[in-house]
Amino acid sequence: MVYLTRKAEFSASHYYHNPKFTAEENQRIFGKCNNPNGHGHNYALEVTVKGDVDPRSGFVVDLKQLKETMSREVLDALDHRFLNKEVPEFFTRIPTTENLAIAIWQRLSPKLKAAQLHRVRVYETPDLFVDFYGEA
Amino acid sequence: MKAYLTRRYMFSASHRLHSDAMSDAENVAAYGKCNNPYGHGHNYTLEVTVSGVVDHSTGMVCNLVDLDGFVQREILERFDHQNLNMLPPFAENVPTTENLCVVVYDILQRGFHNAHLEKVRFEETMMNSFEYWGENRVIE
Repeated sequence: MVYLTRKAEFSASHYYHNPKFTAEENQRIFGKCNNPNGHGHNYALEVTVKGDVDPRSGFVVDLKQLKETMSREVLDALDHRFLNKEVPEFFTRIPTTENLAIAIWQRLSPKLKAAQLHRVRVYETPDLFVDFYGEA
Repeated sequence: MKAYLTRRYMFSASHRLHSDAMSDAENVAAYGKCNNPYGHGHNYTLEVTVSGVVDHSTGMVCNLVDLDGFVQREILERFDHQNLNMLPPFAENVPTTENLCVVVYDILQRGFHNAHLEKVRFEETMMNSFEYWGENRVIE
């Protein structure tokens, strides 16, 4: 088994707000992230796939296919978007880095052929990242 | 859905690697430059990884304000701009980065209960790093 990781970047805005909380609760729990006009980040994404090395090609996965899938399923949908207002997953879920990692996994997992998705890592800043391994 | 959240922190501290259980010659052989009696310093990068089921109402594994507050109060304020050798956890332990990992892991394990502690990782320089997952981890 060999693990291969591909990186990408996207920029997006978001804010944290749960309509079931009162205004005070939203402010207390989410702090600055509750500003309804949103704020942005340069996100870095690492997608790790795993598989056996194909004896003919020497590849775990066709990198071109992986790159195209990441572009089509993730970057085209998220890059330069306001996540709360433009990305369907976040109409009902709060676009935290945790939920972003889960949403990216759910977008990629059914689309990848050959290799199996192992980990999605999303950096919100260089000092904060979330890993999701598809665990329930 | 279970996710793993990692936060990075930085602090600067000095230390000297010297074990009273070894002779002076053995200390020099084991620790080299790090045995210099006056000590030396590093900019340490600390990574704390916690895990848990993402809370439906907040979208979070744990609130970063709580983790940041705990690390600030219990770790950074204790270690930043200090000589590690002079601090109680290193009265009898050599302040290697391995031991620093274990000390910081224990502080988090005992005091931070808002999420499950997975791992503590330290970068002592850009060229080396150390991880501690606790004693009971099963390596897959």
